[in-house]
Amino acid sequence: MDEKTLIAKRVALELVDGNLVNLGIGLPTMVATFLPAGIKVFFQSENGLIGLQPLPEPGTASESLTDAGGSPVSFIPGAAAFDSVASFGFIRGGHLDVTVLGGLQVDEGGQLANWMVPGKMVPGMGGAMDLVTGAKKVIVAMTHTAKGAPKILKKCDLPLTSVRRVSLIVTEMAVIEPTAEGLVLRETAPGVTVAEVVAATQATLIIPDHVPEMAIA
Amino acid sequence: MSKVTALADAVAKIPDGATLMIGGFMGVGSPHRVIDELVRQGKRDLTIIANDTARKGVDIGKLIDAGAVKRLVASHIGLNPETQKQMIAGQIAVELVPQGTLAERIRAGGTGLGGVLTATGVGTVVADGKPTVEIDGATFLVEKPLKADFALIAAWRADYYGNLQYQLTARNFNPAMAMAGATVIAEAHEIVPVGMIPPDSVETVGVIVDFLVAREG
Repeated sequence: MDEKTLIAKRVALELVDGNLVNLGIGLPTMVATFLPAGIKVFFQSENGLIGLQPLPEPGTASESLTDAGGSPVSFIPGAAAFDSVASFGFIRGGHLDVTVLGGLQVDEGGQLANWMVPGKMVPGMGGAMDLVTGAKKVIVAMTHTAKGAPKILKKCDLPLTSVRRVSLIVTEMAVIEPTAEGLVLRETAPGVTVAEVVAATQATLIIPDHVPEMAIA
Repeated sequence: MSKVTALADAVAKIPDGATLMIGGFMGVGSPHRVIDELVRQGKRDLTIIANDTARKGVDIGKLIDAGAVKRLVASHIGLNPETQKQMIAGQIAVELVPQGTLAERIRAGGTGLGGVLTATGVGTVVADGKPTVEIDGATFLVEKPLKADFALIAAWRADYYGNLQYQLTARNFNPAMAMAGATVIAEAHEIVPVGMIPPDSVETVGVIVDFLVAREG
């Protein structure tokens, strides 16, 4: 299993039946593929739809219906469309149960930086700041390191997306929960040791006596 | 009375240096014909308020390519390298605004509110230079309303009085922008007889639409 598939499968286990869920572009979008059996959730696309699903077959795209990345999608029965004001009302207003986003850095305070690298990459924050500030549960789905360098740091040096502490970090090596006391190592990936996670993490991790392996198939 | 106006005549009312709100999300729900005509008429020094600048060569991206834009207020420019290039070269002044905040600032501008209080952006670079207020123990940024000389709107259906109906994710910023433009120019896929859009289905009321772009041919 490749890194991204493993991360997406583990994140999918966090979703609860009936949740309203927003998936970021890229890796987070893969989470929809791995929903556990019996779990039905509503996916929100911040450009104005709740009830998003992939195109059922090629050749059925509508120019009026895309996901937040601009790719053609479809919708499930019971879906609803609305404008950008309403869409972000759901996000900021406490109606969005889970958001899954990519990350550039997360620090010991559980604060996320994921929208710009000064002087190099200035894409804009899009909906990320609203999502991280407003969603009930914020899951960061990202690789543990970038070109060997840790992404989980003592302190983010990139501009923050929000000062809000994220709920969970899922990487191909570990599941880490930011808490008021610090970053708690909750699980390791199959075949990965606690020592390997610690070595790939710049931030201090709180290590419980028992750290189980991710329960993914 | 009919709001129908020839495309060239409607766009000719926009002077160089005007501030324009343009509906759309990655080109979905953007007024394609109005944008093409702005380029054809060689407008200059425009300020554009929009969610994004689509891709190079697409929709608002055409205005960027034409060098028509001197200032941009948007939430995301990551998928248009030309916009980033002109920003870095100092040709376009770019203000990046979180997407939900952009929607609310436009809504405030169109509905007579003096601003918006949002937790989005608190403690990040977005907060630089902005006042904050404490409400019931929580901190909010004060974000100012946005208005425009012209709102350029794309609808699915219009009637001759300018009542508008939108479709799916092509709705996005259009309804809020229609309220925030001093002059509103709308284009629709279809113009139907007055009464064909039932009152309960009217999303943008015709009385605020000044010009409805005539069908082609």
